[in-house]
Amino acid sequence: MSGPAPELVDLGLREAGEAIQARRASSAELTEAALARIAATDGRLGAFLAVAPERAREAARAADARAAAGGRRSPIDGVPVAVKDLFLTRGVPTTAGSRILEGYLPPYDATVVERLEAAGAVLVGKLNMDEFAMGSSTENSAYKPCRNPWDLDRTPGGSSGGSAAAVAARQVHGTLGTDTGGSIREPASFCGVVGVKPTYGRVSRYGVIAFASSLDQVGPLARDVGDAAVLLRTIAGHDPRDLTSSTRPVDDYLAGLEGGAKGLRIGVPREWFQGGVDRGVEERVRAALALYERQGARLVEITLPHSKYGIGAYYLIAPAEASSNLARYDGVRFGLRAKGAAGLKEMYTETRARGFGPEPKRRIMLGTYALSSGYYDAYYLRAQKVRTLIRRDFDEAFSRCDVVAGPVAPSVAFRLGERTDDPLHMYLADIFTITCNLAALPGLSVPCGLEAGSGLPVGLQLVGRSFDEVTLFRAARALERELGPPPRPRGV
Amino acid sequence: MPVSDFEVVIGLEVHAQLLTRSKIFCGCSTAFGGAPNTHVCPVCLGLPGVLPVLNRRVVELAVRTGLALGCAVRPKSVFARKNYFYPDLPKGYQISQYELPICEGGAVELALDGVEKRVRLTRIHMEEDAGKNVHDVSADGSSGVDLNRAGVPLLEIVSEPDLRSAEEAVEYLKTLRAILIALGVNDGNMQEGSLRCDANVSVRRRGATAYGTRCEIKNMNSFRFLKQAIEFEVRRQVERVEEGGAVVQETRLFDPDRGETRSMRSKEEAHDYRYFPEPDLPPVIVDPALVERIREELPELPRARAARYQRELGLSAYDAGLLVADPAHADWFDAALAAAGAGAEHAKRLANWLNGDLARLANETGLAPSAWKLAPAQLAAILRLVEAGTIGGPGAKQVLEEVFRTGADPEAVVRAKGLAQVSDEGAIEAAVDKVLAASPGEVEKYRGGKKNLMGFFVGQVMKEMRGKGNPAVVNALLGKKLGD
Repeated sequence: MSGPAPELVDLGLREAGEAIQARRASSAELTEAALARIAATDGRLGAFLAVAPERAREAARAADARAAAGGRRSPIDGVPVAVKDLFLTRGVPTTAGSRILEGYLPPYDATVVERLEAAGAVLVGKLNMDEFAMGSSTENSAYKPCRNPWDLDRTPGGSSGGSAAAVAARQVHGTLGTDTGGSIREPASFCGVVGVKPTYGRVSRYGVIAFASSLDQVGPLARDVGDAAVLLRTIAGHDPRDLTSSTRPVDDYLAGLEGGAKGLRIGVPREWFQGGVDRGVEERVRAALALYERQGARLVEITLPHSKYGIGAYYLIAPAEASSNLARYDGVRFGLRAKGAAGLKEMYTETRARGFGPEPKRRIMLGTYALSSGYYDAYYLRAQKVRTLIRRDFDEAFSRCDVVAGPVAPSVAFRLGERTDDPLHMYLADIFTITCNLAALPGLSVPCGLEAGSGLPVGLQLVGRSFDEVTLFRAARALERELGPPPRPRGV
Repeated sequence: MPVSDFEVVIGLEVHAQLLTRSKIFCGCSTAFGGAPNTHVCPVCLGLPGVLPVLNRRVVELAVRTGLALGCAVRPKSVFARKNYFYPDLPKGYQISQYELPICEGGAVELALDGVEKRVRLTRIHMEEDAGKNVHDVSADGSSGVDLNRAGVPLLEIVSEPDLRSAEEAVEYLKTLRAILIALGVNDGNMQEGSLRCDANVSVRRRGATAYGTRCEIKNMNSFRFLKQAIEFEVRRQVERVEEGGAVVQETRLFDPDRGETRSMRSKEEAHDYRYFPEPDLPPVIVDPALVERIREELPELPRARAARYQRELGLSAYDAGLLVADPAHADWFDAALAAAGAGAEHAKRLANWLNGDLARLANETGLAPSAWKLAPAQLAAILRLVEAGTIGGPGAKQVLEEVFRTGADPEAVVRAKGLAQVSDEGAIEAAVDKVLAASPGEVEKYRGGKKNLMGFFVGQVMKEMRGKGNPAVVNALLGKKLGD
């Protein structure tokens, strides 16, 4: 470990905010500490695709001026954060991890970026990710792989790998990612941080590069449950620019945070414990469930009979929507354009052949096929019916329990290169997280200890009722209070 | 085998730009003719990360159109993505409606040569327009894209294949256009492309029950071109069938310079649009209360108005039909009639002016009634000058043209141009005497029984009086002098 002021980077999001409030640290000091930590570690970690020191320093100065005048905008005013490179940031390069957007400077900020900055948070840069959020290891980044701060030979998970790695490696105090099939929860689990996929519609998608529009949702990654709750509260709520965002008022996620697990009915899906999960992971998950029981929660066995069709349905719906969402990267108005093409058709094919990596190409082909005339009913429409059935499974389960608990992923962080030649194996990393997106429900990953032997973090997944993030946070906090936060990752 | 042995089957798809101030999914202006790419924002440019927000006004205008055409309005309709690549389509898909359009059914009632016809509608749906490619804009031969029009709201109105001739197709489009203008949903401007249509055309031998193979014809931006295109296409298809060949299903483009259609893409090359429900937009829910409110606010439609003109004002079906073809003309007519004082006699005369000289002037200048310098009250004043005998027909025509051009007061024009009619018997008698004295031969023949020479004498007298003689007085005096 190198770099100055390690004590500042170790502060959590709320702690950093409190330090500014108490004048123990300035936003400028926190920002310099974050930038120094990034400079010292990111060559090995690869969490950032762009760092914006000027924009960060200017924001920090403004935050300090507000603090001095006694007019802080929020408890996180002045605290350094970073966002996945899928969020548009005015004047800061935004690539979605793809060559096709190399050098693209957006003319506007995503709604969530606006909301972070309206709260005074200091945006220090853009985080590495699988190209167009397609992947579970961040190895599909067109620029560089991101590594796991617990073990640099391993992936941080994906697609929001940079978001999980940066917050775990103490580069920033909180981050935002997106989750389409597990892209926040799986990396959170692999990196030992808290990651939340809110209810579909809870957070605006405006200014977030679309992967699969009916599944994409923005959420926070943070070092503890309370920090994640604060970040979600900052970004959640209706946005008139996103008609799929809900007009429901945003709950105060902190108010009931310390309510404990007593009396909580925790649903344990039979299908999630029928093999396919590494023994070390299952041990930690079962230990967490036992802990809940000791705290006075009741475990209820439930069944999600259609969840076995989740992966199949997901890999029709998500590629179908992606094939359409990625059509705009055509070389006409922005991003990469192939030079020297003889005509329009050649310009299109050359631009897209060069600009997209193998995974987006694979999914564009899958999705185009699934939507084709004559196949639509058999694939896309049937997948949508599966989606309805999966949602019904959960509705049924929630008549008997308050949250559903299980593993986030079948394994701890896997090694770089281990699955890159086997897309299907890679897709299975999302087997437990995907149903939550298909059902539009909120899900969360909270650290539940280190796997015996590997010493790598394991996450417990909690899925809640629609718009009941409050119960998710309360349940996650109850576990966190017992276990304490994971130690600082040893890799960086 | 002649063309008359075949029956022509036509269905039209009409695209009508809705009269909203802003685009369908963003706040950009819909104004026509701005500098390229000046009415654009991240949303209509299809930049990464943008989402559509539906303009509620578009839904209201779609419902209004549907109600006026007797359609069923769906309480819940769904937007869908139509996927294809083209530079003028920023997102690589058009947001349209597919399986669940906002309106279904309905009909357009039209009359052609006195025969009533009901053309059924399949559906009406809402969608966004594309931009346009601009070629030869730079020295290197590259093309540009103007996205001002991208995201302008359109209604697509699809008819059943109920039309049986090019004339019927034109009449259908004229009738539909008049309705859309009367509803205030479209400006009817075909030249600027705010009203466009594609035609599906097929032919079959008379008596056949199955439809022939159809071709879709695009790019007809006037009634004349629609007629030309269909007539050409019908001849082409009939020839093909007569030669023993088969019509190939394809999309054809009308070339107005050559007056013919030519193949654009075959069925094999046809796009697979890969429609699926637009995930960025929730279903469109139309509240029954809104439907009722819009129904109550429906204006009088052209056919009802024409019937009223015939019933209450005694206008001919022809005159009434011409007036209501453009509601602006009909409104102007109403205003002129109010100024002239209602009455069948006034109505008939005003309609003659409007459908005659005034229509010609409007055509020549390309001006819509709102841009005329001639006010309705001024036409009423001209009418009064004629009725009072102050000016005659030819004079009135001159006054009309002058007022249309300058907006001057009609009486002032009469004075300034000396157009007042002469009714003074002394002056007319002098002219009559002069003409009769100069034409002794003709007088002889007239008295010998060649009574049709009266026209000659009247003409000569009028010429002598530079057109200003009161015709009644001239006739009376000539008759007296010639000994009738």
